[in-house]
Amino acid sequence: MNNFEYSRATDVADAVRQIAADPAAKFIAGGTNLIDLMKYDVERPARLIDITRLPLKSVEETRDGGVRIGALVPNSDLAYHPLIEQRYPLLSSAILAGASAQLRNMASTGGNLLQRTRCFYFYDVATPCNKREPGSGCAAINGINRINAILGTSEACIATHPSDMCVALAALEAKVHVMGPSGERSIAFEDFHRLPGDTPHLDNNLGPNEVVTAIELPAEGYAANYSYLKIRDRLSYAFALVSVAAALKLDGGRIKEARLALGGVAHKPWRNRDAEAALRGEAPGRAAFEKAAAALLAGAKGYSHNSFKIGLARRAIIRTLTQAANATPQIQSVKKIR
Amino acid sequence: MAPSIGTSTSRVDGRAKVTGLAKYAGEFAAPDLAYGAVVTSTITKGRIARIDASSALAIRGVLDVLTHTNRPKMAAGDDDYRDDVAPEGGSPFRPLYDDRVKFNGQPIALVLAEDWETAVFAATLVQVDYEEDGFATDLHARLEQAHTVDKPQKPRGDAAKAFAGAAVRHDAEYFIPAEYHNPMELFAATVVWNGGGKLTIYDKTQGVQNVQRYVCGVFGLKPDDVRVMSPFVGGAFGIGLRPQYEVVLATLGALKLKRSVRVVLSRAQMYGLSYRPATIERVSLGANAGGALDAVAYEAVAMTSQHEEFSRNDAGWAEQLYASPNARYAHKLVPLDVMTPCDMRAPGAATGVYALECAMDELAVALKLDPLQLRLRCYSDRDQESGLPYSSKQLKECYRQGAEAFGWDRRSPSPRSMRDGSELVGWGMASGVWEALQMPFSARIILTANGHAEISTAATDIGTGTYTIVAQVAADMLGLPLDSVTVKLGDSTLPTAQVEGGSWTAASVAHAIVNAADDVRKELLSIAQTMPGSPLSGLAPDDVVLADGALASKSDGGRAVAVADVMRHGKMERLEKERSSDFKEDDKHARNTHSAIFAEVKVDEELGVIRVTRVVSAVAAGRIINTKTAASQIMGGVVWGIGMALHEEALTDHAFGRVMNANIAEYHVPVNADVHDIKVIFVDEPDSVINPMGIKGVGEIGIVGVAAAIANAVYHATGQRVRDLPITLDKLAR
Ligand SMILES: Cc1cc2nc3c(=O)[nH]c(=O)nc-3n(C[C@H](O)[C@H](O)[C@H](O)COP(=O)(O)OP(=O)(O)OC[C@H]3O[C@@H](n4cnc5c(N)ncnc54)[C@H](O)[C@@H]3O)c2cc1C
Ligand code: SF4
Repeated sequence: MNNFEYSRATDVADAVRQIAADPAAKFIAGGTNLIDLMKYDVERPARLIDITRLPLKSVEETRDGGVRIGALVPNSDLAYHPLIEQRYPLLSSAILAGASAQLRNMASTGGNLLQRTRCFYFYDVATPCNKREPGSGCAAINGINRINAILGTSEACIATHPSDMCVALAALEAKVHVMGPSGERSIAFEDFHRLPGDTPHLDNNLGPNEVVTAIELPAEGYAANYSYLKIRDRLSYAFALVSVAAALKLDGGRIKEARLALGGVAHKPWRNRDAEAALRGEAPGRAAFEKAAAALLAGAKGYSHNSFKIGLARRAIIRTLTQAANATPQIQSVKKIR
Repeated sequence: MAPSIGTSTSRVDGRAKVTGLAKYAGEFAAPDLAYGAVVTSTITKGRIARIDASSALAIRGVLDVLTHTNRPKMAAGDDDYRDDVAPEGGSPFRPLYDDRVKFNGQPIALVLAEDWETAVFAATLVQVDYEEDGFATDLHARLEQAHTVDKPQKPRGDAAKAFAGAAVRHDAEYFIPAEYHNPMELFAATVVWNGGGKLTIYDKTQGVQNVQRYVCGVFGLKPDDVRVMSPFVGGAFGIGLRPQYEVVLATLGALKLKRSVRVVLSRAQMYGLSYRPATIERVSLGANAGGALDAVAYEAVAMTSQHEEFSRNDAGWAEQLYASPNARYAHKLVPLDVMTPCDMRAPGAATGVYALECAMDELAVALKLDPLQLRLRCYSDRDQESGLPYSSKQLKECYRQGAEAFGWDRRSPSPRSMRDGSELVGWGMASGVWEALQMPFSARIILTANGHAEISTAATDIGTGTYTIVAQVAADMLGLPLDSVTVKLGDSTLPTAQVEGGSWTAASVAHAIVNAADDVRKELLSIAQTMPGSPLSGLAPDDVVLADGALASKSDGGRAVAVADVMRHGKMERLEKERSSDFKEDDKHARNTHSAIFAEVKVDEELGVIRVTRVVSAVAAGRIINTKTAASQIMGGVVWGIGMALHEEALTDHAFGRVMNANIAEYHVPVNADVHDIKVIFVDEPDSVINPMGIKGVGEIGIVGVAAAIANAVYHATGQRVRDLPITLDKLAR
């Protein structure tokens, strides 16, 4: 861990001012990811700007019936917030599938979006990694890549985004509000995280001097038919090998609207409109779910240790859609898969 | 007063542990303490061409950077580095000794600073240039270098011929990856500089006297000048048996700075210490149609380092456990460019019995026989290798009680035939076996006239409950209530003790206490008999007991004298006796603990997610001193067995020779959600042969066989046999 300066941001404008003034600075929120990365010498910020005092801790209804979540709302508060539990249970469930109770207490909404990959090589500075050190090579492509991506990969990087929460946010079509030196803007969730391409060092499209201020959810929360299913190497406290967020609107025995996103398989939560279109108008059932799974996994490519993820994802998609259609969502505290 | 031995007694040190009063090696304070951070190699093999510490030294607060070029003097001969537990021969690893890099993660520099943060920061600034050599870390890629290190003195019959002619055969290869101990407490040493060349060393270790001898050897110090303490240990499981490099580095720092130094390793650095070696186990079993074994052949191939040959008995269990007229085994090693492996809970048995018990399950399937029935048909009342009878062996009773508690008779034999909704249900079982060892330990009793006793021995309590059982045995032997006994452990100046390992501490220490208490009783009796009108006159030491604070006739409790009165009469404030556990090497009996494990798994048919929903472990381990701490040991072993079966695996990238999941987020061990009902049964197993109290020890037997029972249950649930551990869901092909 390197030596660093520490300062506290008093308000959002101050946070932006401070980060713009020091290119080697980083924001710190819950610190559950950043501090680990500093201990591994992966991140070496010269200054930490503590944003935990910023007034971004509320969950409020918006005028058009949605909900605005401050970037510093702790993951656990968000998961158990009555508005979220009742209207966006998919989001609650995805958050509760992640990490541990202690980590969720510390982790912030903004930090969860910006957490970095768990690729083994990214964490070990003794090995090459294009994401950590552009141009050094990707050790994972021919290395231990069991946890790496099968979709949207590039020659340069096959890392995944590890978040559970973000998979639900992608399915719910959230918006990310950010503030920068030139003011406020909002980014559609699917445009927030990037694919690695030949710039794997960039995880997302947040500007270097921007701070995430809030996440906004649209009015539709798919509270009746949804499920979040996470498949991992032990029954709790492990990152997803594959996770699925599914949300359906049913009408007269047909699927009227569908949302489907995958975690653990790509550099960003993975969605594709064809898969959702394949469900629209169909009767919920295995045939339709298989078609949707095939569409969502189109182009999937396995590496030496992770080809199993393709079949696993297909079966997990079908199962999750079944849970959603039957209104029997996976309950995260129950480890038997429904 | 009811005896304490055999009861369920809470840990006497429990309160100190949960309130933080119990101090661990990295927590002891010393005036003017300096801190050391370790720099480790990022290559696997080669030479350190240059170490440039100038940027590190330029940081304010940095005191020194020690490397092989500027460290204080260390011994030159291998023997000086060979600790009590080291393998015979070879060349033990010497930290910071020379420019050779022998494994990835090897310590190559120690940054010393006024505070921990500065040391850790400066450690990132040390620049190292290497000359790299080619290397090999993959066992599977070097099998042609396997050489035999252990085989029976004379093989029994002709296993190959019997196998070839057997009516039913099973032959398969099983694999256990390298596993790391991952004790919760980080490895640490605090070396206190007392002046005048005297050191007090707080080290995380399972053997303070082993570390003391080692440090004296490595640094040429006088035994009187080095005191090693390890009063509490936050888990070790074998990794603390041999002295680890933190104690060498902290001592180097203290000798160089002439002040106290603390070194704490990071979790990632602990993957540069020793581990359970990756092992390939090949098992061939041949039986007649009725299920009687005719041939057992077992070959284990394990990894070791280039500089030492570490091997344990993986293969021999197959020859010992089951009746078979023909048997042979061999243990082979493949040297690799790695740190030497070491003991890890039930070394050899956790791995060897895993393969044996899976093979037995597969044989049972081939025979269309219930797996428990097969074990009973091959049951042996003698150790098959030595031909000796057991001092006691209640394995049959383990099978019976375990099966009954589990409900084994309700098992439907064919795979995939039991289900619970979307989950396939599987029931599997296995046997477990471990040695019942004893070692020479000494213990001292200091009895004071106010009715208090202090028991001391250099043995360590690695979290197993040694403090508690020492107090219990002493309380019963001295006729005192438990809270009148205090226990001192983990200090090299105390009476001699071996490392805490091999599950031998309980039996050995108890034996020493019994002997010392005998001496206490004898002396009290001789004084009591000089009292005027002594009610004990004419009685021999064996005719009296210490009970309820008095010395009393065994046959007539009315004939008694209060111990306090005896001591007052003898004008003694304190009575001190030290004795060793003078157990006799008994070559007429085999001495083992046994167990039967029954496991239930539920496997999601579509997704392959495995849940271990029930485990029953029935254990025969002689007399149980404390049913609570003993059950905790077994339960911990079962949880570890769940991890071995389903989770644990060090993932080494052989292109780099580095463990890539060197942290406990990615090196998976079971979490609460993975652990459900565990029922522990202690089967009554009186043993008047093994030692006067019939104690065998329970630290290791709990893990043996668990992974096999789970693997067998997974097969029963799914019809798929996964022989490579861990059984992750991607291995359940569909
Ligand atoms: C052992 C372990 C297991 C875990 N398991 C899971 C899991 O199963 N599923 C899962 O989803 N997550 C898991 N996590 C990750 C956890 O969810 C994240 O670490 C957490 O959400 C990060 O939030 P934070 O507030 O602590 O971020 P920090 O560590 O404070 O920051 C992370 C990054 O975000 C930046 N940042 C933070 N807030 C803002 C902001 N408002 N604007 C701009 N930049 C910002 C920081 O500069 C930093 O780069 C696990 C973590 C650990 C350590
Ligand atoms: S996959 Fe990406 S993060 Fe992993 S080693 Fe390759 S470049 Fe680095």
